Amino acid sequence: MPEITYLEALRQGMFEEMERDESVFMLGEDIGRYGGAFKVTDGFQDRFGEARVIDTPISEAAIVGAAAGAAHMGLRPIAEMQFMDFVACAYDILTNYVATARYRAGLSTPIVVRGPSGGYVRGGPFHSQNPEAGFFHTPGLKLVCPATARDAKGLIKSAIRDDDPVLYFEHKFLYRRIKEDLSDTEEILTPIGKARIAREGTDLSIVTWSAMVWKALDAAEQIEREDGASIEVLDLRTLLPMDDEAVTATVRKTNKLLIVHEDTRTGGVAGEITARINENAFEWLDGPIMRVTAHDTPIPYAPTLEDYVLPQTADIVKSARWLLAY
Amino acid sequence: MTTSVVDHPAVAAGLSRQQLLEIYYYLILTRSLEERLVNLYRQGKVVGGLYRSLGQEGESVASAYALDAGDMLSPLIRNLGSMLVKGAKPIEVLRQYMAKETSPTGGREMNLHFNDFDLGYLGQISPLGDMIPVMAGICLSFKMRGESRVGLVYIGDGGCSTGTFHEGVNFAAVLCLPLVVIVEHNRYAYSTPTARQCRTQRLADKAYAYGIPGVTVDGNDVLAVYETTKEAVERARAGGGVTLIEVLTYRRKGHAEHDDQRYQPDAEIAEWAENNDPVRRYADQLLENGWASRDELDEIVERVDQELERIVNDCENDPAPASDEKALEQVTAFPAQADGLWFRRLDA
Repeated sequence: MPEITYLEALRQGMFEEMERDESVFMLGEDIGRYGGAFKVTDGFQDRFGEARVIDTPISEAAIVGAAAGAAHMGLRPIAEMQFMDFVACAYDILTNYVATARYRAGLSTPIVVRGPSGGYVRGGPFHSQNPEAGFFHTPGLKLVCPATARDAKGLIKSAIRDDDPVLYFEHKFLYRRIKEDLSDTEEILTPIGKARIAREGTDLSIVTWSAMVWKALDAAEQIEREDGASIEVLDLRTLLPMDDEAVTATVRKTNKLLIVHEDTRTGGVAGEITARINENAFEWLDGPIMRVTAHDTPIPYAPTLEDYVLPQTADIVKSARWLLAY
Repeated sequence: MTTSVVDHPAVAAGLSRQQLLEIYYYLILTRSLEERLVNLYRQGKVVGGLYRSLGQEGESVASAYALDAGDMLSPLIRNLGSMLVKGAKPIEVLRQYMAKETSPTGGREMNLHFNDFDLGYLGQISPLGDMIPVMAGICLSFKMRGESRVGLVYIGDGGCSTGTFHEGVNFAAVLCLPLVVIVEHNRYAYSTPTARQCRTQRLADKAYAYGIPGVTVDGNDVLAVYETTKEAVERARAGGGVTLIEVLTYRRKGHAEHDDQRYQPDAEIAEWAENNDPVRRYADQLLENGWASRDELDEIVERVDQELERIVNDCENDPAPASDEKALEQVTAFPAQADGLWFRRLDA
């Protein structure tokens, strides 16, 4: 099986869906001839033509709004945000229009809004954000955050086929750093709403997603090596709808929960997971639910500052040890 | 609608006598339906606000009338007439306003916020401007599929100040989409006069910045609006892209029924009511040119009155939607939020 990157897996997923279904098309800034800021759509316009790979003005609200309109008519648009930081410019359309469409008007809006999120790349305040929590609060949206090449491919394909609007947060730090042997003949469809156990363990659960899965795995290995404790890592993969069953199951198994996310702390997704475990599995807990997150600041530019603000493996190790000892 | 008169093709604006009378029917239907709604509102039977289009029914009806059956429009709150022309039923509007279970949205949405894609209208949402990019996307689907269909979207003098207006019109212009944008210049956005929205005197001038044709038309001249829209629709259908049409009109009622209109001079309202009512102007035009008789117009008014009397009786006592778990359904198609029925645990 060929070894491919996270980015290539994402490309393959979209390419396969565009080959399979001519109602799938793309729109976004610089995605056509240029192939996108990260070259995610490189070659797509050559293969599928300008009518299906559409370069747009710098207008995130119009990109998402037009995608919604086309989706109502039976097309399946993939709208690229050049950086997911800029999805904020489409916040109104996504939350007021798109997210409410099925409930208030019975309208199907099968759009995918995708783009690079995340830090660790010295991108500064506007090319490093993880804006998922801003949409996590909105009923009617689905949010997916792949951590592996397999899921990058499997989730984009599922997102394209889904009848609801899906926000697909890819992680730019993972684009070319994560490689995986993936069959190019197998149809990979990662189900939306299903978490994945990334590592089995018995003493403590880390629930996380996207790039933090890899830091959590590093932390788990270090603790096993140095302390002999067994840590389970649950990769949520989908934030909305959340796989409550999987989160509850891992808590019931290990009785200790550490939630790790790269997004800032206050109002982050970890808070909601904490509340749900409090309601669903309170009696299974042998310690407080802990969080490792970014600090509550914008993401700074200088490497020393960014490294301080964003969660690191050492932060996970420290919190996990504290909770293991509780 | 059928009339008893013998039809003659193209007596004015390319319209037959039968079509001219049909336009009159929709004008009367719009105005009368709103009057019925006012009665229901005063009886406390309308849930929430009531939004009138009094004095601007002409441009709604005439612009929508310029569309073909396969074309789509997205109305604003004062485009009841446009929706009726497209085939929305008065009883649906009544049920929407009264939040009935039997309404097109089952009580989930209000007033004119409902769709019928087969008939060709997409209900608006309240954030102004948002429907322009959405309609651009619908027009994009027409273009991608090689369909000879056109979209029409309404925006007001206030809505032109939004970012989505700019993004949507520019996007549609750049992609040369078959979209007609009607800017209803009715002088007030809630209480704010146009001079507080922009420095532009003629809102049609905004078209220049997008590189598209922009025209201003007397919005209370029904046939002028029809002809101007028709021309834009056919240009769009022929691949000529977006046109922006500013229709000059006047909002004679407040933003909504509760609005005391303290910011609108009485004399200004009276001037438009007495000398520039679109329905009266159109009726006079029909009569003066011999395109219709007084009896024919009276017959339409009578017929609309009877029709509305019946449907108000038919739906006034319809049930409200049940206050139960059905209110939680269809937020997404599948799967439902696993935690959505958390409250059931309390009963266990």
